[in-house]
Amino acid sequence: MIHTESLARTFTVGKETIEAVRGIDLDVAEGELVAFLGPNGAGKSTTLRMLTSLLPPTSGSATVAGVDVVAAPAEVRRRIGYIGQKDGAGHNHRVWDELLMQGRFYGMSKADAAASGEELLHTLDLEALRMRKVSSLSGGQKRRLDIALGLIHAPSLLFLDEPSTGMDPQNRANLWEHIMRIREQRGTTIVLTTHYLDEADAMAERVVIIDDGTIIADDTAETLKAKQAGDRLTVVVRPADAAAARALLGTEGSELAERPDDDGTALSVRVDAASHAMPGVLARLRDAGVDVVAAAARRPTLDDVFLNLTGRSLREGES
Amino acid sequence: MAVLTLPVPARTNVVTDVGHVWWRETLTILRDPFSLIFSLLQPLVFLGLFGPLLSGLAGNGELFGGSSLQWFLPGVVVMITMFGTSMTGSTLQFEIMTGAFERILATPLSRSALMIGRALKELTPLVVQAAIITLVAIPFGFVLHPLHVLVGLLILGIFGVGVGALSYALAIAARKTEWIFWAVQQSLLFPLLILSGMMLPLETGPGWMQVVSKFNPLTYVVDAERILFAGSLGDVKILWGLVAALVTAAIGLWVGIRSIRKATI
Repeated sequence: MIHTESLARTFTVGKETIEAVRGIDLDVAEGELVAFLGPNGAGKSTTLRMLTSLLPPTSGSATVAGVDVVAAPAEVRRRIGYIGQKDGAGHNHRVWDELLMQGRFYGMSKADAAASGEELLHTLDLEALRMRKVSSLSGGQKRRLDIALGLIHAPSLLFLDEPSTGMDPQNRANLWEHIMRIREQRGTTIVLTTHYLDEADAMAERVVIIDDGTIIADDTAETLKAKQAGDRLTVVVRPADAAAARALLGTEGSELAERPDDDGTALSVRVDAASHAMPGVLARLRDAGVDVVAAAARRPTLDDVFLNLTGRSLREGES
Repeated sequence: MAVLTLPVPARTNVVTDVGHVWWRETLTILRDPFSLIFSLLQPLVFLGLFGPLLSGLAGNGELFGGSSLQWFLPGVVVMITMFGTSMTGSTLQFEIMTGAFERILATPLSRSALMIGRALKELTPLVVQAAIITLVAIPFGFVLHPLHVLVGLLILGIFGVGVGALSYALAIAARKTEWIFWAVQQSLLFPLLILSGMMLPLETGPGWMQVVSKFNPLTYVVDAERILFAGSLGDVKILWGLVAALVTAAIGLWVGIRSIRKATI
């Protein structure tokens, strides 16, 4: 579905040249659900805009749905659906008018556009809003309408740029339910960008982590977490016990880390199956005379993966 | 539920695309026809309040070729065209901010159709406006030459597409600072209108104004409209008006398409 080679884009702002995307090699197969994860300004959206032919690449090449984005941008646009970050529907327009005209923009007959529009209104729970002015819709309703607009021509490849940014958890869950149902029905290949860790973790089958314009990791969320982070076991001890605890934990696991805690010192190590290892470790700590104040076993998150790869946390960048 | 899979959508041509863009924009008027009623009042106000001043000024004399109404009415039609089409970019600017512009850019619509369709939408109420002020003017001595007026509207339409495309390009250029659009639009619109002899005849003005007006494409369009509304078809000035309209349209579309391609919205 997608094949890119050294895809790159630079922007010139004043006298400065910014390398937004520095050579991306990516292959996406039919039917995949891929999330581009990375902090704001990492180059996710720029990559997406190049793949959707909205932005010509500075160098490198990309073939999307069998068409070269540089040689035939209009042909790419005919074959894909794109849902941008902002509201796709015109605020002064009516819901149904926008849906129908979107279908017409893609060369569908009036009857085909109407049939597809009806189905999407139903699937996305928008039927009651048919003749409403777009500006009067709630944020969640507008987003569902965006999804409908992006799907009216039943594209086999759909791009979503930050689909759930700014939505409350309930609306996000609801939106994802709709997207997943449509994917199940149509087998659509989906590529999306997100800076929500849990979203990439829960929804995507494949996570492409982008930082500073390059792909730094590309795998399933499970594999990334297992390979790049692993479970961690954390214990909090009093300052007096810190040295003894440090010595013992060093033999229990790897990647010993420590930070100050209200009750003393928090020490953490990477161990396999941390929740199962915890009782044994706690017992051995007590035997060594260490008084453990608190303990926790934690499964890794994609943030740990990102932290491990870049030394920075993704959450720090969140606004 | 049935699985809906369509093959790659059919290729459309520019004319169909223009039609679709025009219809999408026109739907906003049809859904709120009240806005049209207000836009109809504006030219009537100009005709009703400005026209009598002109006839008082010149006593219906030679300056206006006999009838100030016959002279002024085509000017008002040109004026509402300029007002309408130069604002093409304002609705676009709103859609750039909210996001609809990007969504439409991602469709296979041809880029020139995006501009022509929007400009034609601004021209659509104009036909209604022109018809109404003409009908209102007839009892006051305006002589209607329907065929000539139709040719006049065609030239105006071509000119309006050019102005609309330039306004479209301006909106893209000023997408990050809304007030710049209005500042540029306003500070260009009125000098262009005045220096075309649209509101007051330039013949009595100073020499420099007459010279400057020769470089204003709108002057040729206004001249052509006056001749056409007066019921003449043989004048070479009509041809110049058409040329000015075509050149404006060509430049406008060229500038507009360039700014769409270069825009990184």
